[in-house]
Amino acid sequence: MAQLTLPKNSKIDKAAGKTFKAPAGAKNVRAFKIYRYDPDTQANPRVDTYEVDMDACGPMVLDALIKIKNEIDSTLTFRRSCREGICGSCAMNIDGTNTLACLHACGDVKGDVKIYPLPHMPVVKDLVPDLTHFYAQYASIEPWLKTDTPPPTRERLQSEEDRAKLDGLYECILCACCSTSCPSYWWNGDRYLGPAILMAAYRWLVDSRDEATGERLDQLEDPFKLYRCHTILNCSRTCPKGLNPAKAIAETKKMLVERRG
Amino acid sequence: MSAKPSAKPVVSRPLSPFMLGQYYRFQISSLLSITHRITGVGLALGTLFIAIWVMSAVAGPESYAHFAWFARTPIGLLLLLGWSWALMFHLCNGIRHLVWDVGYAFEKKSVDAGGIIVCVASVVLTAAIWIVAYLLPSA
Repeated sequence: MAQLTLPKNSKIDKAAGKTFKAPAGAKNVRAFKIYRYDPDTQANPRVDTYEVDMDACGPMVLDALIKIKNEIDSTLTFRRSCREGICGSCAMNIDGTNTLACLHACGDVKGDVKIYPLPHMPVVKDLVPDLTHFYAQYASIEPWLKTDTPPPTRERLQSEEDRAKLDGLYECILCACCSTSCPSYWWNGDRYLGPAILMAAYRWLVDSRDEATGERLDQLEDPFKLYRCHTILNCSRTCPKGLNPAKAIAETKKMLVERRG
Repeated sequence: MSAKPSAKPVVSRPLSPFMLGQYYRFQISSLLSITHRITGVGLALGTLFIAIWVMSAVAGPESYAHFAWFARTPIGLLLLLGWSWALMFHLCNGIRHLVWDVGYAFEKKSVDAGGIIVCVASVVLTAAIWIVAYLLPSA
């Protein structure tokens, strides 16, 4: 059943939010409103406001987050690593859509910059969601090459055309922006695999070297795992890498129909 | 030592905010998707209205006159207008879903264009239905 409100322990305590003022004399100030949750106190989450002097800050949202952590409030907690959109660590909800903080420019946000963790996920602390279930679902599709034929003496070769089928699929960095943007995944995420994992599954389905296509399709033919996709398309719109999980899911559904003949 | 993972998490973690509109921006694609659902429910209810229409005709001229009177009140007209638009929207967006099922029109531009076409087409078709309805000689 579609859940429309937050459980009691997750409601944002509006009165508890703190404001950290910009240093005096700062001319180019922007407010960052950031979701905070402290597992040590287990008090309800709150939204803190940080005023940042943008003349002394890098252009990206991640630059601002790092500046806040370094100079204003060291308790602010978030994941980050590569700062160039390839590790997927800094995935979060910025200005109402999921994206990578390192690829999203503060200049592209109008008004205050609102930052929340990835939607409808258990929060470990502040902007850090618990991705255990997401990774377990990834493992469940067995994302590796499966073969029955004996290994050749050299690499398994692939034509240029067959290799091209993997373009737009292999680039996924598993940041979970798409899956956590999907209302179906919010409400049926326990059993629905979600766009990221389904696109990963399709990546192996179309790999000419993989010999377990039938077995993989059997695994996906399930009312929940695959067919909870209702083409809402939040996934393809939000992907920070510009990939198209909705298309991959449609192609998977087509493969299942074509298999029936 | 192999510690069994406990069935319950040690701390009950809060759920991050997700609600459409409030925390997750509505976009033309998600907005039309929810409209497709709502019109679907509306059509199911609207079918009741049509069933009452047919039944009133079966029951005789007097009961049909009651229905005809109600259908011409502002509320009746509004219901009929809503029902006809919902039918046209659901039809147009249903065709859009069929196109997606074949694997086409998944690029961002075509998704937006398709959405706008569906909106315009549903309004134009509804207008056409009503124009024809009023031009027909009334019994």
